[in-house]
Amino acid sequence: MKPAPFDYLDPRSLPETLQHLRQHGDDAKILAGGQSLLPMLNLRLARPAVVVDINGIPALDTLSAERGVLRVGALVRQRRFERWATEHLPLVGAALRLVGHAAIRNRGTVAGSLSHADPAAELPALFLCLDGTAVAVSLKGERTIAAHDLFQGPLTTSLASDEIVTETRWSLPASGAGWGFHEVARRHGDFALVGVATVVTLQDGRIAAARIALFGAGPTPVRARHAEQALSGGVPTPERMRDAARAAADSLDPQSDIHASAAYRKRVAATLTERALVDAVARAKDYRA
Amino acid sequence: MGAKYFGAAVKRREDPRFLRGEGRFVDDVKLAGMLHAAFLRSPHAHARVRAIRTDAARSMPGVVAVFTFHDLERWMKPLPLFGAVPPGLAAAIRFDIHQAPQYALCRDRAVYVGEIAAMVVADSRARAEDAVDRIEVDWEPLPVLVDMRAAVGSSAPILYPDWGTNVAVGFTHGIGNVDRAFAGADVVMSETFHVQRYVGMPIEGRGAVAAWDRRDGSLTTWNSTQVSHFVQQGLAGLLGLPHHKIRVIAPDLGGGFGTKASGYAEDVLVPIAAIALDRPVKWVEDRREHMMAAAHARHQIHEIELAATRDGTIVGLRDRIWLDLGAYNVWGIVLPYNTVAHLIGPHRIRDMRVEFKAVVTNKTPNAPYRGAGRPEAVFAMDRAVDCLARQLGMDPAEIRRRNYIRADELPYDLGMPYRDGNPLVYDSGDFPAALEAALEAAGYAEFRRQQAGLRARGVYRGIGISGYVEGTAIGPFEGATVKLDLSGKVQVATGAVNSGQGHETSFAQVAADALGVPLDWITVVGGDTAAVPFGVGTFASRSAVTAGNSIADAASQVREKLVKAAATLLEASPADIDIEDGQAFVRGAPGSAVPLGRVVQASIPTFAKPGVASPDFEASAYHHVPTVTYASAVHVAEVEVDVGTGHVKLRRYVVAHDCGKVINPMIVEGQVHGGVAQGVGGALFEEMVYDEEGQLLTGTFMDYLVPTAMELPSIETVHLEYPSPRNPLGVKGLGEGGAISPPAAIANAIDDALAPFGVRVTETPASPAKILALIEPARP
Repeated sequence: MKPAPFDYLDPRSLPETLQHLRQHGDDAKILAGGQSLLPMLNLRLARPAVVVDINGIPALDTLSAERGVLRVGALVRQRRFERWATEHLPLVGAALRLVGHAAIRNRGTVAGSLSHADPAAELPALFLCLDGTAVAVSLKGERTIAAHDLFQGPLTTSLASDEIVTETRWSLPASGAGWGFHEVARRHGDFALVGVATVVTLQDGRIAAARIALFGAGPTPVRARHAEQALSGGVPTPERMRDAARAAADSLDPQSDIHASAAYRKRVAATLTERALVDAVARAKDYRA
Repeated sequence: MGAKYFGAAVKRREDPRFLRGEGRFVDDVKLAGMLHAAFLRSPHAHARVRAIRTDAARSMPGVVAVFTFHDLERWMKPLPLFGAVPPGLAAAIRFDIHQAPQYALCRDRAVYVGEIAAMVVADSRARAEDAVDRIEVDWEPLPVLVDMRAAVGSSAPILYPDWGTNVAVGFTHGIGNVDRAFAGADVVMSETFHVQRYVGMPIEGRGAVAAWDRRDGSLTTWNSTQVSHFVQQGLAGLLGLPHHKIRVIAPDLGGGFGTKASGYAEDVLVPIAAIALDRPVKWVEDRREHMMAAAHARHQIHEIELAATRDGTIVGLRDRIWLDLGAYNVWGIVLPYNTVAHLIGPHRIRDMRVEFKAVVTNKTPNAPYRGAGRPEAVFAMDRAVDCLARQLGMDPAEIRRRNYIRADELPYDLGMPYRDGNPLVYDSGDFPAALEAALEAAGYAEFRRQQAGLRARGVYRGIGISGYVEGTAIGPFEGATVKLDLSGKVQVATGAVNSGQGHETSFAQVAADALGVPLDWITVVGGDTAAVPFGVGTFASRSAVTAGNSIADAASQVREKLVKAAATLLEASPADIDIEDGQAFVRGAPGSAVPLGRVVQASIPTFAKPGVASPDFEASAYHHVPTVTYASAVHVAEVEVDVGTGHVKLRRYVVAHDCGKVINPMIVEGQVHGGVAQGVGGALFEEMVYDEEGQLLTGTFMDYLVPTAMELPSIETVHLEYPSPRNPLGVKGLGEGGAISPPAAIANAIDDALAPFGVRVTETPASPAKILALIEPARP
């Protein structure tokens, strides 16, 4: 379990990094926290010719919030995000505690998890749930990619081979929004068999808006848009939430693996979505006109 | 001898170096000019080797050698096999046994994924692995056996054609008259239980370093093994060297669990390469290799039937047992007969018949792993007892009260031999007392009072019981040498190998009391063949009994020598000499006290005069045990099941156990905790999964799920001490016990939690998906 030979580059600036990426393209892999890349290298499942280590670029290690948008630099560790979120964005705080273990989150980066795009990981689903955007930069310039355009398939994103995510932007839910997060994993810290994040805002006793993002239940995390729309404007009765949860689960096309069948994932997606909606409604403040 | 240290919760003396990261494991052994080995392992479960082309690999940078079977043919002798039938057992039961030879490198075919086809030696492990990638093997895939029961079917291909069968160990065994018992019974409970393939997963994998000294033709090998003397014997036979020219050192071990007590290809390939190349060679197992090539374990099916009277008295037991051995029958009767010998456990059952088929398939070979056939037996039996209780409408605690052998029935003769061929007679213990102690500690009665109310609120909690009686400390002996140096300080050397059990502490406690010296005067050396000529090793919960008694014996002999020398020195009669706290003195005259170092020094001849005695303050002992001694325990587990997801949370775990006299209660508790953790792994998480092609699907820790601290409640332990009459220290084995009962206790607790659904857990691990699949059809 030693990696196949590769060249190691440790650029000290973003332009230098972008030069490397342009030069090596698909032959290069970016190393940030290394929590997914290093095992893949050691198992020789990934055999890049070049590893570009961005840990020497402190400018990427910034976290700032203003006007309802949180900007998380490419080197921000999950643990730092978790600490911030526990106070300001409890949905993310609660979910990140289920990502591996503290030692893993101390190294793993937020942008790294999003760029890795594991369909059973928590961060991509949170990103999708909160309508985040990724800032992708190459020598050709900078663009932003909405979460729903970023995730293309298992471990596949719409990032070009010469691009790097320099920052992820998270729009904070409206104040008073409630949230829910549930997952089933075999053990604490494992990738979820299936999981769901929800955000609900209430007004005048009705659901003003609902967001439901499921993960571990298909090639990418998914938003249950039909279920969200069906909830919108309705009174959050147990029946309505159960129906929405079923509708959300029905839209899924999960995989079977040694830990659970597709049918299990679909069945439990409905259960967890219902619980996450109930939690979100319970946590939401009802704004009355 | 006083008991100053024996029984005290002395802190583990080995821990400071481990906690500081200063342990010396096999990978810490670094020698000048050392080379590194990597192996090409079969990607096929069963395939003929048509040709191996190594030219490209040999020309890779840093590569020193590439070896196949034919390159090393003169050293290619079958690897060691174990588990022959001892005479006492052969007299009672007819075993049909087949054991195929296994070579360190594939000769002409591979029979499981992970079997070694070629070895590369290079100047770094990474370069050796690069070269492994360049070896080309022309494989011809052959039909694959994956299902143990199908492998016995008439259409199954035969893995070893000269056997004419895939059954490697077959036998039937009965006591009493089981057919009459069943015919006279009021009720019969029948069920089939499956115990999955799960394995020892030491945090440190296997590994070996070997250095050949051409000047005097001696070999030194460091090996992360539980059995250094076995490794030495294997190498002596293979290399044709006298034993004293082969030194096997087991350095610090990061766990063993039986997995490191098997004989492995790498144990011989690394030394062979060191000799062939005249350079030190290292190989350290990586986790992928451990998953596919270190011994697997468990994996049984029990088609079990209990016959009982209406009042819950069990009158008969029938079991048809299947064991998937993997590709080689390395361990003979050990696993099959261990299972049979532990099936009855604490129950009073006089009529039993079992039929056993241990079958070869194209998987990694099985070997004993913490419990070694016992967790499987106890899972089948305790699940069956619970199902019977349900059938009779009895509480699971009550049915056990009715059937457990009482203390006044001990010694209790089961009327059959143990695995060592000696009569299977429980020596001491109190199984009903253990049951009540465990139930009391778990708050069983209170739990029952609250259970219904919780259910009404949608909280599904259950409680489960499992008990076992375990033959521990199989003989025949262990070696120990105790000697004093010039300062009077003590070295205790033994063939037992510390893989985390705290030998450096508990053996020092035994020796310190036997000698009368402070604990910190003692250094314990384990697993170095140069320190003790004859030894066995650590497995089968044996070292406290076998090594402990040998150490006590040797230390007493040394003490006698010290007393004699001190008597001369102090001009007193030996009968009046006492030794305490490292001082020899004339009883009643504390002013006469001299440190033992003085006694030793006075025994050394000088130019002026001979010593007061021969300075021979050394003794060896090889304590022989007549047969095993029986430890026992009752475990109680409390779980909560999420009926929406099937997820099982283990809420409480209680162990009431008897391991005879306790040398160190803190170490005993640690052993119980570790065993329980592994049992919980078997109950809820761990499984080696193969597909229909015999490909291993669980090759990493992402797929093979070992429980972490997050999955474990704090474990409550009740110590019950019933001294063993079978050894002077009165101790029993403890190492494995914790791992035996958790699968049964937890599965029983899940059934109990889900009683409103009427489900029956028949297999482990009880994953959320499996549990939900049981609940779904039973939902109202």
